[in-house]
Amino acid sequence: MPDPILAIAGLDAHYGDFQALYGLDLTVAPGEVIAIIGANGAGKTTLMRSISGLLRNQAEAIRYQGEPIGHLRADQIAARGIALVPEGRQLFPSLSVEENLIIGGQLGRRGPWSLEAIYALFPILEERRAVPSTALSGGQQQMVAIGRALMANPDLLLLDEISLGLAPVIIKTIYDALPGIVSSGMSAMLVEQDIGKALSMSQRVYCLQEGRVSLQGRSDQLSRAEIGRAYFGV
Amino acid sequence: MDWLNAIVQGTLLGGLYALFAAGLSLIFGVMRLVNIAHGDLIVLAAYLGLTVTSALGIHPLASLLLVVPAMALIGYGLQRGILNRTLGGDLLPPLLVTFGLSVILQNGLLEIYSADPQKMNAGLLETASVLVGGISLGILPLAMFAIAVAVIAGLQWMFYHTALGRAFRATSDNQAIAQLMGLNRAHVFGLAMALSLAVTGIAGVFLGIRTSFDPSMGGARLIFGFEAVIIGGLGNLWGTLAGGVVLGIAQAIGAQINPGWQLLAGHIAFLVLLAVRPKGLFPRMDG
Amino acid sequence: MSASQYRIVQSSGASRIAAALGLIVLALLVLAPYWAGRADLRLLGEVLLYLSLASLWNLLAGYAGLVSVGQQAFVGLGGYALFGLTMFGGLHPVLAVLVAGVIGGLVAMPVAALIFRLRGAYFAIGTWVMAEVFRLSAAQVSALGGGSGTSLPTPVVQSLADGRDAREALSYWLALAMALLALAVVYGVLRSRNGLALTAIRDNELAARSLGIDIWRTKFTVYVIVGALTAATGALLFLQKLRISPDAAFSANDWTAFVIFIVVIGGIGTVEGPIIGVIVFFLLRETLADLGTTYLIILGMFAIGVMLLAPKGLWGMVRARSDIQLFPLRRKVVAKPKD
Ligand SMILES: Nc1ncnc2c1ncn2[C@@H]1O[C@H](COP(=O)(O)OP(=O)(O)OP(=O)(O)O)[C@@H](O)[C@H]1O
Ligand SMILES: [Mg+2]
Repeated sequence: MPDPILAIAGLDAHYGDFQALYGLDLTVAPGEVIAIIGANGAGKTTLMRSISGLLRNQAEAIRYQGEPIGHLRADQIAARGIALVPEGRQLFPSLSVEENLIIGGQLGRRGPWSLEAIYALFPILEERRAVPSTALSGGQQQMVAIGRALMANPDLLLLDEISLGLAPVIIKTIYDALPGIVSSGMSAMLVEQDIGKALSMSQRVYCLQEGRVSLQGRSDQLSRAEIGRAYFGV
Repeated sequence: MDWLNAIVQGTLLGGLYALFAAGLSLIFGVMRLVNIAHGDLIVLAAYLGLTVTSALGIHPLASLLLVVPAMALIGYGLQRGILNRTLGGDLLPPLLVTFGLSVILQNGLLEIYSADPQKMNAGLLETASVLVGGISLGILPLAMFAIAVAVIAGLQWMFYHTALGRAFRATSDNQAIAQLMGLNRAHVFGLAMALSLAVTGIAGVFLGIRTSFDPSMGGARLIFGFEAVIIGGLGNLWGTLAGGVVLGIAQAIGAQINPGWQLLAGHIAFLVLLAVRPKGLFPRMDG
Repeated sequence: MSASQYRIVQSSGASRIAAALGLIVLALLVLAPYWAGRADLRLLGEVLLYLSLASLWNLLAGYAGLVSVGQQAFVGLGGYALFGLTMFGGLHPVLAVLVAGVIGGLVAMPVAALIFRLRGAYFAIGTWVMAEVFRLSAAQVSALGGGSGTSLPTPVVQSLADGRDAREALSYWLALAMALLALAVVYGVLRSRNGLALTAIRDNELAARSLGIDIWRTKFTVYVIVGALTAATGALLFLQKLRISPDAAFSANDWTAFVIFIVVIGGIGTVEGPIIGVIVFFLLRETLADLGTTYLIILGMFAIGVMLLAPKGLWGMVRARSDIQLFPLRRKVVAKPKD
């Protein structure tokens, strides 16, 4: 197995007095897609926030491309090639659709993704490029959020519940685009409530429960019963 | 004719007030910071202009070439060194720290330059005027007004059409997510304050050419700028220009009635507008 | 464990010791005219009036979240009311101080109605505008000397009490009473239902609103109370000075900057903070005042340093090390000793 692009070891996370993650271990290999599943409040978003630097950590708890990054600021981590599609999309309301995309690429990292490539992936965005991002439907906003992260040409893409609150047909459009996105060698971590989707999109899966990894394994080898137990802790 | 003249002169003065206000408005827009030391920084810029002018023997307007970058540097340093530590939800720390800065600046200037009023001499430019429809318009006030309009237009363009403006708006919308885009918040805020004080630099030099100044007059300049911002409507740069003009005209009309009423008339115009249009003349549509 | 093993108390051991010490200090203060020299007595009176201003500003900013930088409006208003009422209304000075307080409260109402439209930091500058309006208006009143001000006429001064020593003592006792009144009112407000509401608002405005607390009314009430007491304090300040002018009466430096520094250094949002702050402030002033403007620069830096490094002030630093409270506001659960 090649060196992992991301290696998490003994990661704790706190909100004030409340501890949300307990000694989490996790790895992602280059080009691999990992799924993170778990009940509401299990700590999935907290994990994403920790990796992307929105929550600070011990330097050594998170190693990326062989270097400790746990202590870095979010902008420093972004510059190293980790991009997050945050839970709830979180577009910039004062920016137009196109400006939201451009600002995603403002670090100027090289790679396959550009405005043209995003517009080719989601043609509807090109049509609506000049409107404020708040004027879009939820599905279109999610496309912008994904496009904004891709514009950074990341080596590791973090996706936090990108299907949340979207109509099934939109979810299908977005997930149909995913294999094409990661085929370029990018690694990805996918938080997903729909276990079937999570397993089919990923090579390996981690299940979180109350801030701890309760199960991990290859997506094609885990049984439904195992996952059910790990998910609900019964 | 006197009244028309008062209105015209007040309008031109309003350009200067808009410059006082623009820097205030900019940093409020980007980081919700209200800088109580803003007026004292305007006065600091006037003294820098005076020092540069007399040390190098150059025209006050030429001193802008040094004062503006110097103020920008001061702004960046101030923000990164002190003010960034005060930001984060709570209203009190930034307010009290800038209040402390105001006292330090005022007394520092007093220490260095004494309380004697000073003035920069712009030479012939100060007396030159043109006659338009029976009203004599000073070239200097006209030029200042034109520059004020140009500065506001430039800021407006920067805000909506440049990468820096995009970074300002994104950071203003959501600091954490902007950070995810690789924008270092501390640096973006530093740049916003640098820009704010660069504008303040222009305002200060113009102030020093237009009237005599002393270390104690910062508070009133802060208030004028603040009134222009609120009259115009928060977060609207062109509104700020309009606010400055309304304030300038109110003061000129007050002075026309009774010389002692100049400032009072401006404040009262502000309070009346606050009572009848609390969101200002041109509130932001999305606000 | 049954519930009867616990009781809810508001006082603590430390506060009982503090109460005993407080009584001794209070006795010393009441007797000051008999042991202090004239200059010391004046200084003590000034300290007490600053304590009043600081406690009131602390209630406003530290508890109600109304960060005003324009309280000089009410200090000056009180001062001018004293001069106007005694010179033209023929009121006895002590009565005039009381009426000045009432005027301060009445004026605070329309002022609040207007400037409460401004939020947060803009509210702060709005209060300053108000103070400027008051200052400029005072300069227009030629009967009170216009821009250059006026002195309290000798007959008015003499009506205060017979003999200079008696007058100095009376004006000192009034200052002491004022400080005690301000402290009592602040403490009373904080322990009342309103006080609980204030703390709730300060901690989370949205949550407070959802609990049905009328934020506007609570803040309005505090603003008016503080306005009244600040005006009364202002009247006493100028009863000590015997001379008034717009610049002195509405001085942002004297009545706001110093007061803010006192509260910040002592510890904002605590009842004890202003007391500590006023002591530190006057110690600094008496030792460094010869430095003039440098002293103010040092004071400003000191306040900024405290704000950045110890935002809860000196009292907050004490509290971080021990759970001491001189004026117990929090109720705490204490286990009853087993019989
Ligand atoms: N800002 C915060 N402050 C305090 N606690 C928080 C905060 N954010 C999350 N938590 C707590 O941390 C725990 C983990 O939350 P997290 O958002 O990571 O869960 P999640 O797995 O993403 O859940 P969901 O499926 O609902 O998105 C929860 O118990 C949550 O209540
Ligand atoms: Mg989540």
